[in-house]
Amino acid sequence: MIRVENLSKSFGPKLAVNNISFQVERGEVLGFLGPNGAGKSTTMRMVTGFIPPSGGKLSVGGFDIVEKPIEAKRLIGYLPENAPSYADMTVSGFLHFTAEIRGLRGDAKKRAVNRVVEMCFLENVLHQSVETLSKGYRHRTCFAQSIIHDPDVLILDEPTDGLDPNQKHEVRTLIRRMGEKKAIIFSTHILEEVEAVCSRAIIIDRGQIVANGTPQELKQRSDLAGAVSLRVNGVPTDVIKQKISVLPLSKKITILKESPQKVSLRVFPKPGSADGELARNLAELSMKENWHIEELHTEEGRIDEVFRSITMPDTVRKEESK
Amino acid sequence: MSAWGNIRTIAKREMGGYFASPVAYVFIVIFLLLAGFFTFMAGGFFERQEASLNAFFTWHPWLYLFLVPAVGMRLWSEERRLGTMELLLTMPITTWQAIVGKFLASWLFLILALVLTFPVIITVNYLGNPDNGVIFCAYIGSLLMAGSYLAISCMTSALTRNQVVSFIISVVICLFLILCGYPPVTNLLLRLESPRLVETVAAFSVMTHFEGFQKGVLDSRDIIFFLSIIGFSLFTTGVIIRGNRAG
Repeated sequence: MIRVENLSKSFGPKLAVNNISFQVERGEVLGFLGPNGAGKSTTMRMVTGFIPPSGGKLSVGGFDIVEKPIEAKRLIGYLPENAPSYADMTVSGFLHFTAEIRGLRGDAKKRAVNRVVEMCFLENVLHQSVETLSKGYRHRTCFAQSIIHDPDVLILDEPTDGLDPNQKHEVRTLIRRMGEKKAIIFSTHILEEVEAVCSRAIIIDRGQIVANGTPQELKQRSDLAGAVSLRVNGVPTDVIKQKISVLPLSKKITILKESPQKVSLRVFPKPGSADGELARNLAELSMKENWHIEELHTEEGRIDEVFRSITMPDTVRKEESK
Repeated sequence: MSAWGNIRTIAKREMGGYFASPVAYVFIVIFLLLAGFFTFMAGGFFERQEASLNAFFTWHPWLYLFLVPAVGMRLWSEERRLGTMELLLTMPITTWQAIVGKFLASWLFLILALVLTFPVIITVNYLGNPDNGVIFCAYIGSLLMAGSYLAISCMTSALTRNQVVSFIISVVICLFLILCGYPPVTNLLLRLESPRLVETVAAFSVMTHFEGFQKGVLDSRDIIFFLSIIGFSLFTTGVIIRGNRAG
C-alpha cells in the first residue's frame, strides 16, 4: 500500500531525511523508532502529503503523492504529532466536519461519527468544546478523526503520547486490531509498544534507516540475546565462576548482584552455539554440583538495548570500555 | 467530491468558529456602534440636510481599516498556531479550496455585519427621498472594499503564527491603499510631483475606486480593481502556504 523509494528531504542545508526506502503492505503494522529529531515526523509528513519531498518517489495505494495528491490522501488517515484539533469546536462538531470533508454525507456521516465515538470512548464529551478537554480526550478526538472514513492506510505520529497506562493499552489494542486489515505506520518512543503492536519495526537515526526487521529479529541483534541469567543460593561466587568458565560454551561471565547468601550472574555464550544449549549445560552442571538454583533463564534480548547501541554507538562504546 | 462541496464544508466550519466564541458578537456590536457614531456625530448626518448616506459611507474605508484585519488575522495564523493546518492540508482537498472556503466565510460574516446597518436606510428614507439606487451601489462598493481588505489580511495571516503581527502588517498595507488616494496626501504629492505620477499612485487607492460607487456609478474598472486585489492576495496566500510547507 505504501511505497517509499529513495526519499529525501532537506530544510535549507540540513538534510532531515536521507535516501530512505521501505514498503508497508495491508495487514502490516510498521513501527517507526528513532531519537528525537531523527526524521520520523518529517517522513510521516511527506507520506501524508503535508510537505513535498525533496527527492525520491512516494506512493500510497498506487497513487503518487505529488502527482495525484487528492486520490492518495483519500486513502490515508492521519494523526499528526500533538493531536491538533480546532479548539473552539465541540467534539461532535469537529468529527462531523472531518466526516464531511472526507466526503461522507447524511446517513453515512452519522454512522461514521457514531462508530468512531464508540471506538474511542468519546460519548461523555461529545458536546464539550475541544479546549475544555483533558489531554487524553483531546488525543482520542484527533485519533477518532483519523479513522472516521475507515481508511486503508493509517499514519499515526506518537498515538500513545500523553495517555495514561489504561488508555495506552486501549489504543494499542485498537491499532493491533485495525492492523489486520490496514497498512499502518506509527511512531513511538516507547519500545515495549513495538513488541506489543508491530509486525515490523524500522529504526531511523539522523535521517537514515539503521535497522529494519521484525521485533524478534531486532531483539536478536542485542548483545544480551542468548545469554543465560542464573541465581544461586549458598555457594561462594568464586567456585561458581570457576566451574562455569570451564564449560565449553561459556564465553564471558558477569556478576549482576552479589550478597553473602546469593549471587546473580549472567553467562554469555560463544558465538554459534545452539539456542538453549548453554542453559541446558548450566542446568546439568548445577545438578551435578548440587547447587541450589533459584532462577535460570535464557535472555531474548531487549529492543531498548539494540536501540541504544544503534542510535548512540559512541556513548555505548565508552560505557563498555569503563 | 466536488470542489464546491469542499469549499462549502470549510466555509461552514469557519463561520461556526466565529459564532462559537464571543468574537462575532463583539465585532458586530462594535462595528455598528462605530458606524453609527461616525455617521451621526462625526459625519454630521443631520446637519448636511440632504437625503443621502454620504455621511455613512465616507467613513467606511477608515472603519474597515481596523475592523477587517481584526476579522481576518486569525484565518491562517490560528491554523498554524494550533497545528490544525497539518490536519486540514492532509485532507483530500486542494490548498486553494481551503483558502477560498475560509475567505468566503469571513467575507460572508462581514456582509452580515454590513446588512445589519439597514436602520440607516430606513432612517434616511423616513426623513427624505434618497436615491436608493445610489445607496445600493455604495453598499456593493463597500462590500467589495471589505473583501479586498479581508483578502489582504488573509495573506498576512498566512505569513505568521502570531495574530498581532498579522493584524499590524495588514493594517499597514490597507492604510497604504487608503492614503495613496486620500486628498490631503495627493494634494501634497501634487505640489511636489507631476500630476501624472499622482494619478498613477492614486489609481492604486481604494479611495479613488470607492468614490465612484458612492456616487452611484458601477464602473467595471472599479469592480475589476477590487476583484483583482482579492484575486492577487488569495493567490499570494497560496504561494505563502506552499512555501511554509516546503520548509
